[in-house]
Amino acid sequence: MSDNERPSIRKMIEDKASQKGATNAAEKTMPKLFLICAIISILTTFGIVLTLLFETVTFFSEVSIVEFLTSSEWYPMFSDPDYGIRPLLLGTFTVAAIAMVVAIPVGLAVAIYLSEYASDKKRRTIKPILEVLAGIPTIVYGFFALTFVTPVLQSVIPGLAIYNALSPGLVMGIMIIPMVASLSEDAMSAVPQSMREGAFALGATRLEVSLKVVFPAALSGIIASFVLSISRAIGETMIVTVAGGGSPAQGFDITSSMQTMTAYIVQMSLGDAGFGTTVYYSIYAVGMTLFIFTLVMNILAQFISKRFREEY
Amino acid sequence: MKEVSQENTSGTPTEYLSAPSNLPKREWKNRLFRTIFATAVIFSLLMLLILIIRIITQGIGSIDWQLFTNFASRHPDEAGLKAPLIGTIWMMALTGPISFVLGVGTAIYLEEYAKPNRFTTLIQTNISNLAGVPSVVFGLLGLTLFVRELSMGRSLIAGALTMSLLILPIIVVSSQEALRAVPAELKQASYAMGATTWQTIFKVVLPASVPGILTGTILALSRAIGETAPLIMIGALTYIAFLPESIMSQFTVMPIQIFNWTNRPQEEFHMVAAAGIIVLLVMLLVMNSIAVWIRNKFQRRF
Amino acid sequence: MLASQEKNTEYEDNTTIETKKTGNSVYKVDQLNLWYGEDQALKNIELDIPEQEVTAIIGPSGCGKSTFIKTLNRLTEMIPSVKTSGGIYYRNQDIFDKKYKVELLRTKVGMVFQQPNPFPKSIYENIVYGPKIHGIKDKKVLDEIVENSLKGAALWEEVKDDLKRNAFGLSGGQQQRLCIARCLAIEPDVLLMDEPTSALDPISTLKIEELVQELKKNYSIIIVTHNMQQAGRISDNTAFFLNGEVVEYDQTDKIFSSPDDKRTEDYISGRFG
Repeated sequence: MSDNERPSIRKMIEDKASQKGATNAAEKTMPKLFLICAIISILTTFGIVLTLLFETVTFFSEVSIVEFLTSSEWYPMFSDPDYGIRPLLLGTFTVAAIAMVVAIPVGLAVAIYLSEYASDKKRRTIKPILEVLAGIPTIVYGFFALTFVTPVLQSVIPGLAIYNALSPGLVMGIMIIPMVASLSEDAMSAVPQSMREGAFALGATRLEVSLKVVFPAALSGIIASFVLSISRAIGETMIVTVAGGGSPAQGFDITSSMQTMTAYIVQMSLGDAGFGTTVYYSIYAVGMTLFIFTLVMNILAQFISKRFREEY
Repeated sequence: MKEVSQENTSGTPTEYLSAPSNLPKREWKNRLFRTIFATAVIFSLLMLLILIIRIITQGIGSIDWQLFTNFASRHPDEAGLKAPLIGTIWMMALTGPISFVLGVGTAIYLEEYAKPNRFTTLIQTNISNLAGVPSVVFGLLGLTLFVRELSMGRSLIAGALTMSLLILPIIVVSSQEALRAVPAELKQASYAMGATTWQTIFKVVLPASVPGILTGTILALSRAIGETAPLIMIGALTYIAFLPESIMSQFTVMPIQIFNWTNRPQEEFHMVAAAGIIVLLVMLLVMNSIAVWIRNKFQRRF
Repeated sequence: MLASQEKNTEYEDNTTIETKKTGNSVYKVDQLNLWYGEDQALKNIELDIPEQEVTAIIGPSGCGKSTFIKTLNRLTEMIPSVKTSGGIYYRNQDIFDKKYKVELLRTKVGMVFQQPNPFPKSIYENIVYGPKIHGIKDKKVLDEIVENSLKGAALWEEVKDDLKRNAFGLSGGQQQRLCIARCLAIEPDVLLMDEPTSALDPISTLKIEELVQELKKNYSIIIVTHNMQQAGRISDNTAFFLNGEVVEYDQTDKIFSSPDDKRTEDYISGRFG
């Protein structure tokens, strides 16, 4: 096969094989470089935990942890400051609850429609448009809440303050609809077609199949999507910073300002807190609380979807 | 229930076999709920429509050449986006490569090299948990680690590193999916020719998965340019009248400028903010279109 | 003959490997066992595979024939749960030796798979993939390799005008011959073929079978097939696998006319499998 002018390919490959230094070097170094990349993600987690831990410890050396957990007043900027996390928690969970009142029913209804009722073509048109809703930056939602939703609500609820919990809660709910819808739809689409066919064969209507067969079978995935959405709502920052205002909650009045944990962190770092002051460290203590809540919810969501997954 | 059984026993066999008497009611219920579910979809789409129309009507009047050539100003009619626009471009130019290298590297490690052991599970679990950490917490990390401990100050590079870590999980997960989509037969063909692992990855796996990886990276970057909170945390300025000169320069970005204008009480500033939002959304639209285009154009069906 | 002398020269890296005299066999398989986790897929395989002949491996689905051929170039290693014991000696060298360079083995042992698996690149790029990764960069030499390999795989006439075309545009049979050409490009010693025609139509199958007859002049070929007629038509020796064991291994004529084992006879005559 080879002609006389050059050695056979086999011979050439053998000659090259003895001088494959560069290939061998790449073969040895590349996996190490990739391992380093992978380790950076672990270091990020360590970085977050250590950062929060160190500065929170500093904070608790100046403010007692008992006050932080039990006091019902949050006035860090007073000359005689109060550091009770409860009003911030109240604000955070109230806004998240309002968001869920919107996102869960609407998101779930959208998921059932897309998974059980819509034709393939409709589904492929609607889903990307809903993804747009999820891709809009949160600052845009904040702007929308403050300059449009709040004035509209004020015309219905006369006592509504400019900064309130209701408007950002509702807007956050709209933002989270696609998340509930897409995660729940994934769970429902994973239910095998044979289960639906079994019920249809018995004469069940589409609604009965959806609610009595598909919904229970996908329940763990659906609940996991709720938990993840709550976690997302708790961690959401810009909507509440822009439209929720900066006063700690005074009870359950959603028509007035209710500062959330995230809004507090941003508002303090906008310039009020000098480095090394107690207020500066307080943002880490609040950040730590926020981190723990979202982490627990994320782990809970993973646990639910794994532990209670239906084996089809 | 009682009623039904009475009817069934009293009916003739043919009546018994014909449609159950509760069927019209059940079908009506089905139609009702179908309408309810469809209404939820329409509600969501309507909200998107209202949001977009509202922003456009608010901001379209303020979009002119000045908006792009002027720095921020105390007078709304003179206020421009020059610094944040350039800042956002800098931010993308830095965040893109950093997060791409780290994210794709991690994905290659997990998909092609890692053995199924505890350490691999740890990395994988860690990544899915990082994806759920609120962005403001990443801001706290950036503030402490990059701005203070590593003395980078409130610079572009400190912001870009923070953003890179924030979008890292998204890039890792989407790159993993793209790598996993490369059929095992192609890898086997390469190994059977005497190729080494790295040669196989570099010459077979990566070329086949690069459209998916790029799509995921662009979508992650479009998440990054809309992020506000982490950059506020690390102290990106809200009023800045100069352009960044190096990665150590102070900076501002689009969402922060929009945030600043939104926070002003004057209605005029809200209109400039809406104009800024239009520009930001157009940038996002362009990036998403590129991502979808790459996916449709180059994604091979194996 | 010159060619066979070249084949016997060993790489420097593999000279220290434990050897075992294999005579004019390319492969000597010695007490080979293989497990997927707990399940044993190969049991005590003993085979001598002669050079420059076609050796067919036949047997019903799940008998371990595909697994066996993939141990010959150590591709089974890609599955993490696989464990092996015993030895495979290729040209006198133990391929399971820790010091043995598996890349060098695979350079000399080409493989064609069940499904045609060209790379999503041009025809030209598919052929030069092997030479390039082994360091041949001269454009003239590469062009020559492409022509020779495609001629060797009886594909040249069909594709010579459009070598830049994407390989995915070829028909299934053409793709499979491209995959054979891709192996020929690095001038291997042995060709492993894992049911190369199972995904092809009868006409493409015939072409591949003719090609195998042509190729055996230069290469030792081991072919797995579930098609007994195919084994009868193209092979010199046949091994019958059943439940991970070699039931019978002999010259093809002997296996098909007067097998020693009752189970071979039953399988050949179509009573099971």
